[in-house]
Amino acid sequence: MTAPSPTRANGLSETTGAPVLQVDGVSKVFGHAAAAVQALDRISLEVRAGEFVCLVGASGCGKSTLLHLLAGLDSPTAGRIRVEGRTALMFQEAALFPWLTVGGNVSLALRLRDVPRAARRPLAASLLEMVHLEGLGARRPHELSGGMRQRVALARALAQDADVLLMDEPFGSLDAMTRDLLHAELERLWTDRRFTVLFVTHNVREAVRLADRVLVLTSRPGRVAASFDVRIPRPRRIETPAVSALAGEITDQLSMEVRRHGHT
Amino acid sequence: MATRETLDQEVAGLDALEMPRAPRVSRAARLWAGAWPKILATLLALGLWQTAVWSGWRPTYVLPGPLTVFHELWDRLYDGTFVGAVGVTMRRAFLGFALALLVGVVLGSLVARIKVLRSGVGSMISGLQTMPSIAWFPLAILFFKRSEAAIMFVIVLGAAPAIANGLIAGTDHIPPLMLRAGRVLGAHGFSLFRRVIVPASLPSFVAGLKQGWAFAWRSLMAGELLVIIANRHSIGEQLQTARELADAEWLMATMLVILFIGIAVDALIFGNLDRAIRRRWGLLDPAG
Repeated sequence: MTAPSPTRANGLSETTGAPVLQVDGVSKVFGHAAAAVQALDRISLEVRAGEFVCLVGASGCGKSTLLHLLAGLDSPTAGRIRVEGRTALMFQEAALFPWLTVGGNVSLALRLRDVPRAARRPLAASLLEMVHLEGLGARRPHELSGGMRQRVALARALAQDADVLLMDEPFGSLDAMTRDLLHAELERLWTDRRFTVLFVTHNVREAVRLADRVLVLTSRPGRVAASFDVRIPRPRRIETPAVSALAGEITDQLSMEVRRHGHT
Repeated sequence: MATRETLDQEVAGLDALEMPRAPRVSRAARLWAGAWPKILATLLALGLWQTAVWSGWRPTYVLPGPLTVFHELWDRLYDGTFVGAVGVTMRRAFLGFALALLVGVVLGSLVARIKVLRSGVGSMISGLQTMPSIAWFPLAILFFKRSEAAIMFVIVLGAAPAIANGLIAGTDHIPPLMLRAGRVLGAHGFSLFRRVIVPASLPSFVAGLKQGWAFAWRSLMAGELLVIIANRHSIGEQLQTARELADAEWLMATMLVILFIGIAVDALIFGNLDRAIRRRWGLLDPAG
């Protein structure tokens, strides 16, 4: 199913990227004996440096579990995970700290990777500017809208200067218009800064809008069922026929996976 | 196709539309909105008191009316003994509370951080809270005689468990997402404790302080009634003396002072602290 590596709109070939993230036969079981739930079953995948990969799947396919394993929040029951460089993880909620200002939240990420005090303030300000929140550093998270909070979370993730950005349905709770704008911002930041992204979503159009490659996960237990290369030139729009067509194809594949559960 | 400039403009426009705008209310209006229900409630309470006096349920030398008591209070405020007594009591209150704070924070942090202590000592702290502080006094007097130390001992036993419990409950109720976010940012061990766990438990800690103050003030009053040190006037001692002299006006004036100090410290210090935190966290309804 995997076609030869696509070429980016900016002309850079993907084939140059070495794998920075390797998941090799990873299983995750929660609980013990009779109460055990297999969240992931011998899942294997690879993400190359600078690649934007989306994972789509119905609920219960262990998407979030996989990201938690990759971020080091949990360890796999079996299998091997290799991540080259640092990871940052963005959650569905912004998960900003309410006791800090917007700037303070970004600064904390800098402080925790030992950026000297004097450099933190200007760096935090420039990161906020990068997500179009210049001048809002002194605000409290609760004073911002959901979309703005999620952009602060993005700035905070960028502050970690991670090589791999893991995103767990980060735009899932936003309205469509805000989401479109955040797609554009994320695409632009990714084009400019060339980090690696593994993006989990249940929204197939969103996946096609953003990804170089879309992986379809099966549910219970989670495994990679199919891989689609997305060769639509960037910058993309979610409304274009090309995006819709591929999204339709992937949705069919996904529906087939879901129907399989109806029979058993 | 959207260029970068149009995208920038669109982002800015949407942000401007989405920024919640708090209604501007003048300071005076806000103060008045907070004050009038309290004023009304106070007037109602005084009215009930006066009605009870008028009903003739007890003779006025036993149950004097509010005006008589306020007059008495006014006279006492010019009396050096009474003001000195209030000073002694306040010093004991703050010293005792400071000690309880120290003990409570150390105890609370240890119990919150160390699993073994958690299961062993955690429930004991809650149990200690149910013990009426006055029940400690006989033992305290055996230990320390009738001294300042006996009073401090009981204040700390009364207030420290509440403060420790506030801290423990605070660390218990941190949303797991906050801890996960902290860990993802690279905070582990002590840095996670300092940067995430401590600030995240602040609201509950302040609630514990508030409760600790109430316990400390109650223990102190009980202590001052029981542990009367010769030639040292205190509010509790004044209350006891007033009762011995069957001076109801003096007694009730002293009670009003006890009530007033308890409420004032609670509202001005802990109430404001609590509100400041809730405002920063966005847990305060700007309209209310």
